[in-house]
Amino acid sequence: MTAEIQSNDTSPSAMSKFFKSVGLLRESPIAIFGLSLILFWVILAILAPILPLYDPNAPLEPFKMPLSDARDGGLYWLGTDHKGRDILSRVIFGAQQVLIWATTATAVAYIVGMLMGVVAGYLGGWWDEVISFISNVLLSFPVIVLYIIIITYLGATGFNIVLAVTFASAPGIMRIVRGLVLDLRTRDYIFAAQTRGESAMYIMLVELLPNARGPLIVDACLRLGYTTITIAMLGYLGLGLPPPDPDWGKMIAETQPLGSFAGHMAIVPAAAISSLVLGFNLLADGLREISMKD
Amino acid sequence: MEEQTPILECRNLCISYDTRGGEIPAVIDFNMKVMPGQGVGIVGESGCGKSTVALAIMQYLGSNGYIKSGEIFFHGRDMRTMSEEELRALRGSKIAMIYQEPMASLNPSMKIGDQLAEVPLFHEDVTVSEAKARALELLEAVKLPDPKRIMDAYPHQISGGQQQRVVIAMALLSKPDLLLLDEPTTALDVTVERGIVELVKEISAEFGTAMVYISHNLGLILDTCDRVTVMYSGEAVEDGTVNEVFDEMCHPYTSGLFASIPLPGADKNERPLVPIPGQLPLPHQRPQGCFFGPRCAFFKAGTCDQEKVPMRPVEGEEGHTVRCARFEDIDWAEGDHEAVTVKSVKSGKIVLDVKNMKKYYEVRSSSIFSMIRGDAVKTVKANENINFNAREAETVAIVGESGCGKSTFAKVLMGLEEATDGQVILNGEDLAHVSVQKRKARTVGHLQMVFQNPFDTLNPSHSVGSQIARVIRKFGVEKDPDKVREKVNELLDLVKLPRDFAHRRPRQLSGGQKQRIGIARAFAGNPAVVVADEPVSALDVSVQAAVTGLLTEIQNDLRSTLLFISHDLSVVRYLSDRVVVMYLGHIVEQGTTDEVFSPPYHPYTEALLSAVPIADTSVEQKQIILKGDIPSAMNPPPGCPFQTRCPRKIGSICETEMPPVKELSSGHTILCHLEDDVLNAMEPVIVTHSEEKIA
Repeated sequence: MTAEIQSNDTSPSAMSKFFKSVGLLRESPIAIFGLSLILFWVILAILAPILPLYDPNAPLEPFKMPLSDARDGGLYWLGTDHKGRDILSRVIFGAQQVLIWATTATAVAYIVGMLMGVVAGYLGGWWDEVISFISNVLLSFPVIVLYIIIITYLGATGFNIVLAVTFASAPGIMRIVRGLVLDLRTRDYIFAAQTRGESAMYIMLVELLPNARGPLIVDACLRLGYTTITIAMLGYLGLGLPPPDPDWGKMIAETQPLGSFAGHMAIVPAAAISSLVLGFNLLADGLREISMKD
Repeated sequence: MEEQTPILECRNLCISYDTRGGEIPAVIDFNMKVMPGQGVGIVGESGCGKSTVALAIMQYLGSNGYIKSGEIFFHGRDMRTMSEEELRALRGSKIAMIYQEPMASLNPSMKIGDQLAEVPLFHEDVTVSEAKARALELLEAVKLPDPKRIMDAYPHQISGGQQQRVVIAMALLSKPDLLLLDEPTTALDVTVERGIVELVKEISAEFGTAMVYISHNLGLILDTCDRVTVMYSGEAVEDGTVNEVFDEMCHPYTSGLFASIPLPGADKNERPLVPIPGQLPLPHQRPQGCFFGPRCAFFKAGTCDQEKVPMRPVEGEEGHTVRCARFEDIDWAEGDHEAVTVKSVKSGKIVLDVKNMKKYYEVRSSSIFSMIRGDAVKTVKANENINFNAREAETVAIVGESGCGKSTFAKVLMGLEEATDGQVILNGEDLAHVSVQKRKARTVGHLQMVFQNPFDTLNPSHSVGSQIARVIRKFGVEKDPDKVREKVNELLDLVKLPRDFAHRRPRQLSGGQKQRIGIARAFAGNPAVVVADEPVSALDVSVQAAVTGLLTEIQNDLRSTLLFISHDLSVVRYLSDRVVVMYLGHIVEQGTTDEVFSPPYHPYTEALLSAVPIADTSVEQKQIILKGDIPSAMNPPPGCPFQTRCPRKIGSICETEMPPVKELSSGHTILCHLEDDVLNAMEPVIVTHSEEKIA
């Protein structure tokens, strides 16, 4: 019976809390706009398999301009590329790839960075010295070189992109978390947990990290944007996802030898990248603005 | 007198804030008049709008605050009609404000001399050297030691008390007509506070500056002001001269405030404090009619819950006004609930015995110079020879100001630090060198703590219930989930909170409620000893009384020992059976409460007693103002720890030799070189006019 009460009491509050936080977004038009841009791509990516699209890898008619008629009576909304593949279809399927890998990579970087940060901040001493040193070494390395080294050595796969992003982002996340923890660890509730003999692990994971979430959510949004850029950049350099899967960065790279002859081939994926990154950045800005108000 | 124009006048002032939830009226229909040279106090609990009034006077309400109606006249001119330019010229020159946190008013990256010189440079046509000379002059006026050195120091290089003196000097630089002080001493220690308060009084007399003094502390208002306005929930409820309001209060809230602060004579058993029931209504939940109605013992339906109550004059006392619909009809005896007297509890066997406990810290200096000199490692003696015991069901107060070592002691006791030497015996078990991780769950549960800051004591990310439940499981009281939940409910009952609070988040609770949860958490493991570190100092007075009452009640029922750490001697006298006074890591005096609060005293105890602000006009306090600030534990003075500030210093022996522990009577000891005849000739510090010596 008591369990019933518990579930009754928590589930509506979780629901209402969700709606409340969505409601809070209304206060920042910037956040709403950012979120709309992100949702636009997320929805397209989810619906990609059921939308009436051409196969993104099928060679149809090369170099068609946007809005030109297809041989089979259809319409190439955004034209086709040099191999005759439908650009609209490639951009939408490319969104799938970008969203999946950007989210995974950011999430993994976050898990690693948060663990490093909370350990360095809470345990201090040698832990802090070692973790901060490693982070500083990684941060002092030019990121682009780091990516190239990792991916040329290990090969261009989704997993390796996650690995490279983690190496590049985790030290930065570690620094933020460490700073937050240094402040939070002086609170009385941490002292209370220590005086009842809680383990360091419990204090770090249950007492400290949940309270660091505010600034981290904003940072995570920004970082999702950076990671999107990173994935596009790697694709452009030929270090992205293995072909023939559509990749926004690679789509831009493919137009390079063609010059201005087929501008739409570059503009469409470039606009896709910018809009998604802009969405993440605006959402982060809006969230920060909302959190400052309170 | 009447023809004089007031320096400041607020007429029917209404101030509102725009928030997500719509307009929130913060101050309603506020009237105030400040005559030249007069000190006017605004007193009230947090959220009553007193700081908003000050910000409105400065026209600093922020982006979402605004004056809805009413006027603020400064020297007869309506400030609302002034341009931003005129206001800027006024602020800092004609009106100066002093805030609670001195560090926040000083620029950390500028030398104090430069910061002070900025004021005349901005407001007047002076040269840099003239401005500097003026700055130096004022640093002398605020009695800072070695003002030349302070001119060249950065704010972080001087102590908190000195910083506040610098802020006062800065405020006075342009000879303002009006000084606004918003809780200027709340962040300081009592003995330092006393010095600042005296300074403010002297300065207003010397420069003829009018003051608006905002505080929650009635004792300070009594000390500094001529008139006082009591505010409640955005309204002034009583206004008059200090004597009128303190001695012939007419509003039930004012009377409730006085009943809930521990004045000399209150006693936890025979004359316990009477808390004001309920809590301050949120601005959008204010009731119809009188805002104090729901909490008032004299509430009368039909009279008090109808229309807005106006301020009405008290007959025969010109200028004394009260916002109460029926203050003439109140029979004060009727509402004087027979205060529930508690049977005093006999203390039992010794539960906690601290013997020669020492705690030293090693501090490594990273500067290259100290490494070369070879003194890179310094020893800080945070606790030196701590000796005392506590019995079952007894309340032992540990009194001292910041840096006295009371927090270090608490850390050793709780097992977060290990003692350097000595013993801490709890129920026969020596815990001095056993860290909390190595203690048995039951031992840990037997020794728990109530923390100072209610806003920090609970983890904001977890529900109240889950935090209490964690403690219950951790101490091995219950394991079964249903039983744990039952126990959580029992504990909520114990601290008199509704059971559904278990599902709430800490941010949905008021400060007092959070502190109750903190108490519930501390008592979850049926503790033998509870350490309460300033458990009520961050709460409003009316809530303080309720929380201290609750704490003693639970303690009496469970026969736990309470170690009450505090700097507030009024609360200590009220609550404790025995008192331990600490200064710079040493116990300077200990004994029963009566022994410590009556002569002979240790000179430090004497000074502390004279520093406590007492909100009672019939009490006379001896004025003992300590020089300077508490020395740092990093560089303690040689000889007696108190010798640098001691007004009764007898000579070089104090500077060279550690005083002996002198036993004045069984259990009453002091650490002092003074001869017996000097000690015996000491007079009580606090005397009431009815000739009855209270302390």
